[in-house]
Amino acid sequence: MKVVVGQGSCGIAAGAGKAFDILENKLNKNHELTFTGCIGMCYLEPIVDVYNNDELHRFVKVSGEIAEKIAEAVNNNDFSISAEYEIADDDKAFLSSQTRIALRHCGLINPEKIEDYIADNGYEAIKKCVTQMTPEEVIEIIKISGLAGRGGAGFPTWFKWNAARNSESEDKYLICNADEGDPGAFMDRAVIESDPHTLLEGMLIGAYAIGAKEAIVYVRAEYPLAVKRLKKAIKQAREAGFIGKNIFGTDFSCDFTIKAGAGAFVCGEETALIESLEGSRGMPRLKPPFPAQSGFLRKPSNINNVETFANVAWIINNGGEKFAAMGTETSKGTKVFALTGKVNKGGLVEIPMGKTLRDVIFGIGGGIRDGKEFKAVQMGGPSGGCIPAHLLDTVIDYKALSATGAIMGSGGMVVMDESTCMVGMAKFFLDFTAKESCGKCTHCRIGTKRMLEILTRITEGEGKPEDISLLEELCYSIKDGALCGLGQTAPNPVLTTLKYFRDEYTDHIENKHCTAHECSKLVKYKINADACRGCTACAGKCPTDAITGEVKKAHLIDRDKCIGCGTCMATCRFGAVEVE
Amino acid sequence: MTLFNSKNDSDLSLLDETLERYGDVPENLITVLQSAQEIYGYLPTDVIIRISQRMGVPITKIVGVATFYSQFRLTPIGKYLIMLCKGTACHVNGADGIYDAISSHLGINDNETTEDGLFTIKCVACLGCCSLSPVMMINDDTYGSLTPEKAINILDSISQKEGNA
Repeated sequence: MKVVVGQGSCGIAAGAGKAFDILENKLNKNHELTFTGCIGMCYLEPIVDVYNNDELHRFVKVSGEIAEKIAEAVNNNDFSISAEYEIADDDKAFLSSQTRIALRHCGLINPEKIEDYIADNGYEAIKKCVTQMTPEEVIEIIKISGLAGRGGAGFPTWFKWNAARNSESEDKYLICNADEGDPGAFMDRAVIESDPHTLLEGMLIGAYAIGAKEAIVYVRAEYPLAVKRLKKAIKQAREAGFIGKNIFGTDFSCDFTIKAGAGAFVCGEETALIESLEGSRGMPRLKPPFPAQSGFLRKPSNINNVETFANVAWIINNGGEKFAAMGTETSKGTKVFALTGKVNKGGLVEIPMGKTLRDVIFGIGGGIRDGKEFKAVQMGGPSGGCIPAHLLDTVIDYKALSATGAIMGSGGMVVMDESTCMVGMAKFFLDFTAKESCGKCTHCRIGTKRMLEILTRITEGEGKPEDISLLEELCYSIKDGALCGLGQTAPNPVLTTLKYFRDEYTDHIENKHCTAHECSKLVKYKINADACRGCTACAGKCPTDAITGEVKKAHLIDRDKCIGCGTCMATCRFGAVEVE
Repeated sequence: MTLFNSKNDSDLSLLDETLERYGDVPENLITVLQSAQEIYGYLPTDVIIRISQRMGVPITKIVGVATFYSQFRLTPIGKYLIMLCKGTACHVNGADGIYDAISSHLGINDNETTEDGLFTIKCVACLGCCSLSPVMMINDDTYGSLTPEKAINILDSISQKEGNA
């Protein structure tokens, strides 16, 4: 039998390494033990798959104890021993209701074995391109497919490729943006960790199409496992002759380098990324000239995101029409989302464009945790916005999502329930963009700081009546005055929360009240002496020792020490901790 | 946090291999700084001067780059670097409460190191383990589904192991 342990970053953090070690010790040696990348059901990690011929037994939340049971079941070929740890039917729908193209190998192949990738038509698409097609024909297929940039902006991929193709130069560069800086998104990490050869093949096809001899992957330094697997994949592909000189015996040559980013959100902007590749501060350049004319080292360059490249080999193998058959009028193919937050089932979701937000959050994601109310979903990270409950039937399509004030973005989908303060959410993003603003444009550098100050005082009960109009004024002047996407979109989280949750702003300002009970300065906890049994549980859990009291007597909260974290309220079994 | 250190006794020979490999191309500056930080734990002044001389890049530019990117440090860090994730999913699931708890427990703020040199807190944008939020990484180990209490227990067990409990 073949036993496969899911070992993406999330799986490892959840304890997949321990499960692997136990299986390695306990399994009889006639069974094959291997690993795969991210299966995508993060909420069930660690996951172990057992293939008994064609029969799949999938085990979830595998602790050390369960790993031992699995080993016993496999060794005895008796799955009744471990039946209770197998995935529930309800959870199987999480994967079965998806359409996976970019993620087609995730959780199925061993990312560190090129043989696994080759076995599923791997490197056939690039072979077809270089031996049977002209670069123009490749670009034509991408044009037919309607593939658009998955990094968030949704710009047609063929157009960028064509512009770079038409730039005359001996040296051109094909660059992959794997600097996934959007907090709350991990699609690109998952693709690289789970299927690095898909990225390499997509990039090779792009390099052939534009006429580049050098390809560069700019990857986040915070993703050590992704970097490791990518390095290994490049080495294997080079040894196999897919990378290097005269690929498939043709004139096409292309080599790869990896550059680790150093932690700057603005480097997701393509000209800032180029500055960073050149060893400078990542500050955006004026456009035009566009990178297709003058990019890395002032040579024609083309930059696409990881997910964009992950679709390319599939499109070449299956045809542009098949890809374009999925989706809506303006958005073709599928999109990967990282579904997280207060949702029951969090993980990686790839669905055809045209499905609704409700399909994803309530269908695949199984709705909101702990029976609470859905409040909003945040899409597009710091450049995006919050979409409220009454717009849950919005279809996933670049245009339709932009119409709400949010954006498609790179695929972060953070679900919020009634306990999330929307002013706090806007403050969270402005805190991020104020820190990440590169400082080049005054409106962005100073404007985001002023907005953060205003939002901070609102959440601390110091808001003034004129603050809302001041915020709006700042939003529009930053949008107009900023050079790059970071500044132009930084006000979006504020604008969308003002549009859909204005009441919360006025409630904070006028009534010094936070509906979600999240703004700690506006929330005062107290213990109801009648309900308190003096069990001491809250005092034991209080991180700042703010709760005192004798056993079996009512406890008290020291206001000066209390940080408003709410741990006491979550701990109390008698409902004695209340918000004033 | 002081912006600069005045270290002048680093073992610069440790840097030779990196400079040999990458030093000829000024575009490799970030790669060289990453490698230097891996070697020394931060970017000591004498190391920056050495890189400047070898690569022909002005010190001002190196410091400009080092202070622009969040990865680089100009001061030493504690033995255990706590990277507390403040990504969106962690925020929604209570990362601020975790920060308040560990910050008041250790008596230090973001980017500060405890007096005994054991812990440094660094808030980071996203560790990409959103489904386990709230999350922190201590050196190479990731801890997920944190509560304030659980986070403090983890720190205590490290302190205990180090004999400082």
